[in-house]
Amino acid sequence: MSHKVKDATIPHIPTGARISRWIGRNLIRIYAVFAFTYLFIPVAYTFAFSFNDSGKSNLIWKGFTFGNWQNPCGAPEVCTALVNSIKIGFLATLFSTILGTMIAFAIGRYSFKGRSTSNLMIFLPMATPEIVLGASLLSLFLVFKINPGFWPTVIAHVVFCVSFVVVTVKARIASLDPRLEQAAMDLYANERETFRRVTLPLVAPGIAAAALLAFSLSFDDYIITNFNSGTLKTFPEFVYASAARGIPAQANVIGSAMFFLALAIVITGQIVGRKRKVSA
Amino acid sequence: MTKESISAKGDLRLTRLTKSYGDFTAVDDLSLVIPEGSFFALLGPSGCGKTTTLRMIAGLEEPTVGSIHLGTTDITTTKPYQRPINTVFQNYALFPHLTIFENIAFGLRRRGIKDVDAAVTKVLDLVELPHLAQRKPTQLSGGQQQRIALARAIVNRPALLLLDEPLGALDLKLRRQMQIELKWIQKEVGLTFVHVTHDQEEAMTMADTIAVMNEGQIEQMGSPADLYDNPKTAFVANFLGQSNLIKGTISGNDGDSHIVDVFGQKISLQKNRSHAVDNSIYAGIRPEKFRISRLGTPTSGNILTGGHIEDVSYIGVSTQYQVEMPWGQELMVFEQNDDGVAPFSKDEEVNISWEPIFTFGLRGDEDATAGSEVNPEELDEE
Repeated sequence: MSHKVKDATIPHIPTGARISRWIGRNLIRIYAVFAFTYLFIPVAYTFAFSFNDSGKSNLIWKGFTFGNWQNPCGAPEVCTALVNSIKIGFLATLFSTILGTMIAFAIGRYSFKGRSTSNLMIFLPMATPEIVLGASLLSLFLVFKINPGFWPTVIAHVVFCVSFVVVTVKARIASLDPRLEQAAMDLYANERETFRRVTLPLVAPGIAAAALLAFSLSFDDYIITNFNSGTLKTFPEFVYASAARGIPAQANVIGSAMFFLALAIVITGQIVGRKRKVSA
Repeated sequence: MTKESISAKGDLRLTRLTKSYGDFTAVDDLSLVIPEGSFFALLGPSGCGKTTTLRMIAGLEEPTVGSIHLGTTDITTTKPYQRPINTVFQNYALFPHLTIFENIAFGLRRRGIKDVDAAVTKVLDLVELPHLAQRKPTQLSGGQQQRIALARAIVNRPALLLLDEPLGALDLKLRRQMQIELKWIQKEVGLTFVHVTHDQEEAMTMADTIAVMNEGQIEQMGSPADLYDNPKTAFVANFLGQSNLIKGTISGNDGDSHIVDVFGQKISLQKNRSHAVDNSIYAGIRPEKFRISRLGTPTSGNILTGGHIEDVSYIGVSTQYQVEMPWGQELMVFEQNDDGVAPFSKDEEVNISWEPIFTFGLRGDEDATAGSEVNPEELDEE
């Protein structure tokens, strides 16, 4: 009896209202699924076609194979281009990170004549269209009788990477409590020791993030590189050039590998960061 | 890269110290001696220059004019890391990337002290947190961080320990507890403590000597009892506790006392407790020194008649009255609830009396409200 009475007191919700309520509660999730699907379909496609037993052109699915992954350098020139890109990326990252970190400290920590101007100028390479920056750099090199090639490309990459490094590192410096450095000085650390033991370790995550950003920007760049690399071929240039006659599946292999490498770095960073926060 | 730190000891002497930022003078011609081994408090409202003074002592700020001596050594222009002075910073400034152990060991390692382990362990025992050595600062509560900040400073056995509003971020209960603990630790380690605070109760609880600062200068310096019982200025009278300041005129003398005419009634005031410069005077009486009585009850000492109770607040240990006097001023009276007499009620007509010895005299041309309008809970300038 009591069972029945209870049932009667619960108001009946019509099916239509229940569905719209469920949608209301889960709208953000549904939206997120669509957004991520949109973002990841190209990546998934690239990854899937890295297993395509394609032969020359990788446009039509012809069958599954591990061959491309077992022999990533199988296609002509693909690994030469990759090595070039990695070398340029490494050097551009190194120089732009060192230079950018120094600029970030100068702008973020000291007041000097022309500080706000420098602050503004740093944004110029970011705001300039790549095609303009690439073309002007080429003409600049030619004026100085420097032939396009490996080093001009490195220099060009440093030019646009440095702005991103400055912006990233500066944000980290701005969030640093100046009292920590004062505390270090108060505890018998001179200027150099204070920088080495307190400032640098606290800014380091920002510098690391800036370096990763610089590398991915450099590795990815086509337009500026194309103006300044001359006969040298980087990985993006290789992919672009082969698009006309069919991109080999090895390009998909390298692309996927880079993607997973980047993902691994980000996840590791997250885990380490969380561990530091949670435990000692 | 000179690294030799000064091993000076002795009293800290500030001589004619001034610090200006453009047109603004934060510290104005300040001279002060802080004796070795004392617990000294710089007390004042927000923006009075006390933190700037502390930062100049620490070496984080260079004086515009003046000198700082530790014993006989001039340390005015030396770097912070060359001074045998350590600071407990407001909000502690613990290094977030280092463990508690390494935070405390920081100063010892920089000076190349041997046996860091023993020293750190000992100081962690002193602040009763030995189990936290391997944690990171963010994993500690505010009170724990406070103690670690203290440990990080005293482990270096500095000639002088500076505390910049060290308890400001703690809740009231913890603050009371830390006040007692800090005082105990100061006795235990025997260092000179210079404590900057805007909290008059904190300063009075802990310090041997208090310097009350206002607008970059020292208003008055002395023991907590001196400052409370015999303030020299209206600012001190109002900033340290509460005061009733009654305008009057010195109308005559009676031996060691002045006879003061306040709105037609005569009261007496000891000459050596008067800081008036002419006949115009403010007679000051602390609210708890007053006694309140019904009309016709015999009373002794100074008496003011014609009071009318405007407001009564019963707060357990005491009852607070607002009594309006015939000249329109409301006086504050705190009565202990220890005599079994029922509290007076609103609108009763009463007399007010007190022992003449409790009266202090201030210059009649002072602003009687100075120091009372500042909100002591406000956080310090920086």
